[in-house]
Amino acid sequence: MSPIAETLISALLLLGGAFTLIGAIGLARLPDFFTRLHGPTKATTVGVGAIMLSSVIYFSARGEGVGIAEILITVFLFMTAPVSANILAKAAMHIGVSTMVETEGKPWDQ
Amino acid sequence: MLDRLSFPQPWLSLILFTTWQMLSDGVSGGSIVLGLILAWLIPQLTAGFWPERPAFVKAWRMPAYLAIVLKDIVVASFSVARLILSPRQPRPIFVCYPLKLEHPLAISMLASTISLTPGTVSADVSDDNKTLLIHALDAGSDQEVIDAIHNRYEKLLMEMFQ
Repeated sequence: MSPIAETLISALLLLGGAFTLIGAIGLARLPDFFTRLHGPTKATTVGVGAIMLSSVIYFSARGEGVGIAEILITVFLFMTAPVSANILAKAAMHIGVSTMVETEGKPWDQ
Repeated sequence: MLDRLSFPQPWLSLILFTTWQMLSDGVSGGSIVLGLILAWLIPQLTAGFWPERPAFVKAWRMPAYLAIVLKDIVVASFSVARLILSPRQPRPIFVCYPLKLEHPLAISMLASTISLTPGTVSADVSDDNKTLLIHALDAGSDQEVIDAIHNRYEKLLMEMFQ
């Protein structure tokens, strides 16, 4: 494997790991349910995207063909992540989870 | 009887078939047969969830839209990461977004885009499909969020679905 590919793979893995870690820190640090919802959705988008990209580069650099499976995993994740975030937010509004005091505006229930 | 054997949504069937070929290890006789069965069965089983045929008029605008969304995901992720690591408290806000889009598929695409781009999560759609409730993690005012979403995404989607 060429040094360029190795550097690129390492950089992408570090980037993906860093974003996943930041997502987890956000989950622990942010004050209420709705703000915490933002942490994991971010970690999945950029974090997983970067890790998948490094996997694609690794297998194509070893001459085993471009990994279509990895790209499909990313696409499926990008399609399902917003739906789960939406359902979580809806459920939270339904049972009336309290928001942090500084929040402007109100969730509605119908 | 003939209705049972048809493909009610040819595009969905085509996407399912192609996806199945990509998922299985190489195209073979078996994967083609199973792909055809799935391409026929899944649209039949989910037909009840599609009240009307999706009117996807200008599909060639899709790649440009996806490129903008992808770029925004990366750029906005860095700003959210900085917010999480900085000691200050975020200023969350609930925004009632007035929808100009009318097609249900267009609305769900806009809602998914909003949830995927960091800093905003779409929480609910009103029963009359006219308002979208958005939770923004850190924003100055609701007008700021509304303008940003309208100019960046909704205009493009309106062009795509009109």
